[in-house]
Amino acid sequence: MGLLPVVALVGRLVVLFALLMGVPLAFTLSRHDAAEDAFVLATGITLGCGVAMSLLTRRFRRELQPRDGFVLVGLTWLMLPAFGALPLWLALPGLSVTDAYFEATSAFTATGATVLTGLDAMPLSVNVWRCFMMFIGGLGIIVLAVAILPMLGVGGTQLFKTEMTGPMKDQKLTPRIADTARAIWVAYALIAVACTLAYRAAGMSWEDAFMHMCTTVSLGGFSSHDLSFGYWNSPLIEAVAIFFMLLSGVSLVLYFVAWRARSLAVLWRNTEVQAFYAVLLGSVALISVYLIAFGDYSSYLLALRHTAFHVVSVATTTGYATHDYASWPLFAPLHIILLGCFATCAGSTGGGIKMVRMLLLLKQAQRELIRIVHPNVVNPVVMGGRAVSDRVMQSVIAYMMVYGASLVALTMALLFSGLDAITAFTAVVACMNNIGPGLGEVGPALNYSGLTDLQTWICTFAMVLGRLELLAVLVLFTPAFWRR
Amino acid sequence: MKILILGAGRVGESVAESLVSEKNDITVIDTDPDRLRALQDRLDLRGVVGNGIQPSVLREAGIEDADMIIACAPLDETNLVVCKVAHDLFNVPTRIARVRSPEYTDGSPLLERNGFAVDRVICPEQSVTAYIRKLIQYPEALQVLEFAQGLVSLIAVRAVEGSPLVRHSLAEIPDLVPGADMRIVAIYRLDKAVRNLDGDTRIETGDEVFVLAATANIRAVLGALAKVDQPVKRLMIAGGGKVGLRLAREIHAEYQLKLIEPHRARCEYLATELPSHVLVLQGDATDEDLLGEENVDEMDMFLALTSDDEDNIMSCLLAKRLGARRVLAVINRRSYADLVQGSQIDIAIAPSHAVIGELLAYVRRGDVAAVHSLRRGAAEALEAIVRGDRKTCRMAGRRVGEVGLPKGAQVGAIVRGLHLPDGSDAGPGARPQVIIAHSDTVIEPNDHVIVFVPSKRMVREVEKLFQVSATFLF
Repeated sequence: MGLLPVVALVGRLVVLFALLMGVPLAFTLSRHDAAEDAFVLATGITLGCGVAMSLLTRRFRRELQPRDGFVLVGLTWLMLPAFGALPLWLALPGLSVTDAYFEATSAFTATGATVLTGLDAMPLSVNVWRCFMMFIGGLGIIVLAVAILPMLGVGGTQLFKTEMTGPMKDQKLTPRIADTARAIWVAYALIAVACTLAYRAAGMSWEDAFMHMCTTVSLGGFSSHDLSFGYWNSPLIEAVAIFFMLLSGVSLVLYFVAWRARSLAVLWRNTEVQAFYAVLLGSVALISVYLIAFGDYSSYLLALRHTAFHVVSVATTTGYATHDYASWPLFAPLHIILLGCFATCAGSTGGGIKMVRMLLLLKQAQRELIRIVHPNVVNPVVMGGRAVSDRVMQSVIAYMMVYGASLVALTMALLFSGLDAITAFTAVVACMNNIGPGLGEVGPALNYSGLTDLQTWICTFAMVLGRLELLAVLVLFTPAFWRR
Repeated sequence: MKILILGAGRVGESVAESLVSEKNDITVIDTDPDRLRALQDRLDLRGVVGNGIQPSVLREAGIEDADMIIACAPLDETNLVVCKVAHDLFNVPTRIARVRSPEYTDGSPLLERNGFAVDRVICPEQSVTAYIRKLIQYPEALQVLEFAQGLVSLIAVRAVEGSPLVRHSLAEIPDLVPGADMRIVAIYRLDKAVRNLDGDTRIETGDEVFVLAATANIRAVLGALAKVDQPVKRLMIAGGGKVGLRLAREIHAEYQLKLIEPHRARCEYLATELPSHVLVLQGDATDEDLLGEENVDEMDMFLALTSDDEDNIMSCLLAKRLGARRVLAVINRRSYADLVQGSQIDIAIAPSHAVIGELLAYVRRGDVAAVHSLRRGAAEALEAIVRGDRKTCRMAGRRVGEVGLPKGAQVGAIVRGLHLPDGSDAGPGARPQVIIAHSDTVIEPNDHVIVFVPSKRMVREVEKLFQVSATFLF
């Protein structure tokens, strides 16, 4: 297989990435903070590599074939975190390559797991870069490339599918994939602008508002403060965060459809959105009652405020914290981490299994139960008034199988490396679903810096695996894929 | 009247059949010469072979001086186009189209003059569905038909041994069933009409009784003549065709439904269209095991709605034997319908007749508001508006007894107050009044009068009574 045409395209993506690095570069140049040299150097290297890659392989440029798409996505998600880690590694003395790569991957997959402490003391541009990478990675750099670069041709559809989340990817909104990608990015950008203004109005500085917007709408969860949202201790800011996390947990595609139909009914009539909100609301009610009964909260209002913030934060796979929720009785933190596995909608920036797959599985189970009572019944799984084809059902079931297997395999690997059971399990869950903080040694009060290099690499792999929804990554490891 | 019918399918055929006997010139257009020949042999009409959307074919069929075109070809598209052509090119005064799509309903701007120019849309599936819904609502009745915006109903019911009115004479009704004013307009005993109904006529077990009453009193009427069953809750529908689907869609919220359909692909479509609490079963409705497995004996009603008469009859007989409380079969062929009427099958309905009534109202002279064809087209009930006054109309200002209706025809009910004195519609604020007619009731101008006509031959005579003489117009 000709790998070179793919490299040619990756080169252009690297150039695009270098241009995006201009954002932190602008910050550092205007402020002359300690990371100035690091960013100039890193941007230069990235730009140089990108230009070199595309120039050297210029002769091999051709239309992408579907199979090339997976290679391109795999290569992109391997290389861009490396370039993204470069400024961090250069700017922060004492940061190992492993940790820098982990941090960049965590940002790029919008996970929010960090190995860094002392964030408040770091150069502003480093924090801006961590958060901005999250903003780009949240929706996907390839989706961005499809939207703004007329370079990908027909193969663009294939690429688009691997980076957008959810099981039913064949619904094109517009005849041309580039228009769809553009529409989604516009929706994303509009929410971003609204979120920045809301944070600013709620009392953040402009810089903080920008950075936290980046990590809120991408459902990532990085913060520029060690205390995360606890730094402000402001119910208003938390309310704004909750609002925008809930907004971002819904499919961006749906916002575009709603805008085109000029009707909000599209949103609240959608089964997946209904389930998303119902599950979150139910969980907030359940856990706040549970904490009032069994936790050590004296005030109902405080219990409700902490519950609402953490349920929404973890269930939408963001992972902000205002409080060490790991200290709650175990049921509560475990419950919200499990919510993070599936609560967000397909087509959003969230991670995990996605609500739609969960609904499809539930309906499939219900269907089998009815079939036991009525052997002759015909009851296809219906979603939003349309029958879901067996093909999609099979892919969902296969996804779940692989998901379960990956979860077990990676947890076993972490256990093997010497972690305790709770830490190992929640670290894998938190990374694979792009939540961020787990429990135990990787809980919200601590972070991933305590892990060994091997454990860090396992978590890094888990994040990419989860972000690209497993199959797109695993297909690269099958012999059949590489056979001609 | 010169009438053009496009399409000699099931609907076209029964439309032709019921209109041909009313002294109309009928021409039928169809692409199938064999079908037309068969029709020509049986009925007194002309057949023209060709595609009806072509003006030349229409011209050959004599569209230039036609009074009405009824387009009932299988495809909606054809029917819409034909109406458009008939309007734009030939200026046919009345254009009726059979349109199945629910998105083209009466009043839609698409059907106006600069649209497809359709005066009236008929949809047999819709009519049959409405008809069946009534029977589910009133399971004791054989037929329930509405007049005067639903204020008055004509109910056909089989008299059951032990009910209050059986073995009593008509004169005793007011004493036996106080508070529910009703009028028995016809009794059929052993499939023959009982002649000369009067106060002494007795109702016997097994009689098919036609009663006119205010719609609010239907339950009381049924209670007087039949054993009142528990209301229907569980239904099994055999056949997921257009009627089956339509019916299921309309009633799934009120009843527990099971739908049996043999074709896999159709089953999947049905299951997608209907909410998940409607059970769609793949299988043959004549399969005893399937019916047993799905507890047909627990069903309050079993409806056989496939397009195959034999299947419908057999599955109904089977369901009845397995214990279904009441069974209903759709039967297209008249001879079959006669065959099974009053047998194990409780209700047999002919889909083509459900729609004829709507058409007949258009063809009739006078101010006819509604016509329902009864007993498979033999008898008729019609609702007409009395125009004019004592001088110009033979109905207005007279007592029912002195109108001079043909023998056997009966004025059953009068609805007053639907119109203002000048004849225009009274609108939604009106408080119309239902009067069950007696021989001394006086008919006033603008009344809606509902007349039962036992034989088609008398229809013209009755219509003449409603006509306003020429002097009134000028």
